[in-house]
Amino acid sequence: MTTADADPRQATPLTAPHMLEYEYTRSVGPVIGRFFGALQERRVVGVRTAGGRGLVPPQEYDPESGEPVGDFVDVASAGVVTTWAWVHAPRPKHPLQRPFAWALVQLDGADTAMLHAVDAGDESRMSTGMRVRIRWSAETHGDIHDIACFEPEDAR
Amino acid sequence: MSEQVYGIKVPIRLDYTYVVGTAPARFLRGLAQGKIVGQRCPSCAKVYVPPRGSCPTCGVPTRDDVALSDKGIVTTFCVVNIPFAGSAVKAPYVSASVLLDGADIPLFHLLQEVATEDVRMGMRVEAVWVPNDELQPSMNSIRYFRPTGEPDAPFESFKEHL
Ligand SMILES: [Zn+2]
Repeated sequence: MTTADADPRQATPLTAPHMLEYEYTRSVGPVIGRFFGALQERRVVGVRTAGGRGLVPPQEYDPESGEPVGDFVDVASAGVVTTWAWVHAPRPKHPLQRPFAWALVQLDGADTAMLHAVDAGDESRMSTGMRVRIRWSAETHGDIHDIACFEPEDAR
Repeated sequence: MSEQVYGIKVPIRLDYTYVVGTAPARFLRGLAQGKIVGQRCPSCAKVYVPPRGSCPTCGVPTRDDVALSDKGIVTTFCVVNIPFAGSAVKAPYVSASVLLDGADIPLFHLLQEVATEDVRMGMRVEAVWVPNDELQPSMNSIRYFRPTGEPDAPFESFKEHL
């Protein structure tokens, strides 16, 4: 038969799409499960630690003392951006398909911040300390996507 | 009081473009013509199929193509009894390592047209191809292997190729 091409660059490479996909169902536990249940009703709950700190999203144990946390507490659906990064070119699975910010948002009544997207339209509208509020998804399913994103509080 | 959520769906998804490389591309283009193409090591003379473009023992490029028979022997096999999501074949079925005549390493493929309990090491088998107009540069051009009915190969003849 024939001999392999002297210059492999002459040959057209063969390519094929290859998708690797698994769909896991992850057990979320009693605390995050309650958080997601509240999101489905368009509310945000956190937990209060023995030391009085409000953790949002809630955790099962106080990260400072390791002690189990106490009662669930309702917090506001608006808060403050504590830090952020602008995404110029969103990836296909990003929550928004236009430039947006990933931000840590500390909701009013919480002592910790949660990571989510801020739909600010333009990077110039983003600043640390700015006020944002939740934009809820049209349909809620009891997971983090129930929060479509945050938006600047001064937006219409 | 809101309902408790017990679980969330967490899809893990990786979207690749797989580039097969020069030597495997020659093998796949051969399949599109109904041929099985291996490559011979210029140093140890072993014939690899599918070819990877080099000999893993000698560490040298394999340049010479070798036309291989589409008949061979089952060196080893496994009976799959447990169905799984995405499987194209109904369980139970047999996956076999087939040492093609002229090759030094076996090819892994499906074995059909035989009861699972009748499959044995050394069994002579042949490729069943898709119709000519359905040939493509893909392993799917061979639908499966089936027994030829020839006498079994003695263990000594393939013990170096397990
Ligand atoms: Zn070699």
